[in-house]
Amino acid sequence: MANKTKELFLKTADVIIENKNYLTELDAAIGDGDHGVNLARGFKKLKDKLENGSFESRSEVFKLTAMTLISNVGGASGPLYGTAFLNISKVIADSRLDLEDLVEISEEAIAGIQKRGRAEAGEKTMLDTLIPASESLKESRDNNLDLDTALKNCLQAAAAGMENTIEMQATKGRASYLGERSIGHQDPGATSSYLIIETFIKNSLK
Amino acid sequence: MVNILIISHSEKIAEGTKELAEEMKQAEVDIQVAGGTGDGQMGTDADLIEKKLKSMDCQDGIVVLADLGSAVMSFNMVKEWLSEDKQKKIKLANAPIVEGAVLAAVEASLGKNLEEVLAAIEKKSILNKNNL
Repeated sequence: MANKTKELFLKTADVIIENKNYLTELDAAIGDGDHGVNLARGFKKLKDKLENGSFESRSEVFKLTAMTLISNVGGASGPLYGTAFLNISKVIADSRLDLEDLVEISEEAIAGIQKRGRAEAGEKTMLDTLIPASESLKESRDNNLDLDTALKNCLQAAAAGMENTIEMQATKGRASYLGERSIGHQDPGATSSYLIIETFIKNSLK
Repeated sequence: MVNILIISHSEKIAEGTKELAEEMKQAEVDIQVAGGTGDGQMGTDADLIEKKLKSMDCQDGIVVLADLGSAVMSFNMVKEWLSEDKQKKIKLANAPIVEGAVLAAVEASLGKNLEEVLAAIEKKSILNKNNL
């Protein structure tokens, strides 16, 4: 399981690095224009560490990811994603994950980000992708949907959540300094969260 | 003596703020900085903040001045990694970084305790520019 998780994070790193300029452009519109650069720096470092390391458990890979992002990103997304992955590392098992496990993982990630960033839904942040994704997983669990359908629904909910940030006014983070002028732009944090979820889901559906 | 840590996205802001605060010291106070990402970029370096907090004398407490989002977020995270005893003695000031650091340097060097330094620099009058 540790190797699969390692592969998953290597793919995630590639996706973030490929989207470096896109994320930075989104951030330049409403923030300080470094979201892509910062995340790419963190994920590049992560790639080095993953490629040169061997791991016993999923938890170990999540923990390494968390600490690497915390130490190398340089912007708020470092402590935010770092705390999310660290929280996940504390609960994730090495057995096959079912929908209930995924709900727990998503809730832990959100709890970590909320503790660190003190944000709620609707503030034009990464939470606006993550909370709808988590809610979708819960709904699928409650309706006893199969895992593949649940993951497809989750991805759709994450995409819709990301797109909904366009119309939101930022009230947290650097974009909040722009007030109403933050409306009309997709949030870079919500976008990077979507890219991470998309990579996770697409690679686990195979 | 209460010591001071200045955390900024910009190394220049951190260093400049320290320089300004040093001028006002009435006695020896340790003023340390954690500015930028460590590789010349704008941002914060959680490892550097941790290193500074661990190396500074914390006996009478440390007042922390931080500028924007991730500086505050990184500090809060690093603080959680420290012992409970240290956590109680390290306080993030609800104050602007430059004015807060200058006033903290004065108050700390006059031998005020942690609560007194914080109370002084968290006064709203610190922001008053029109009726000096």
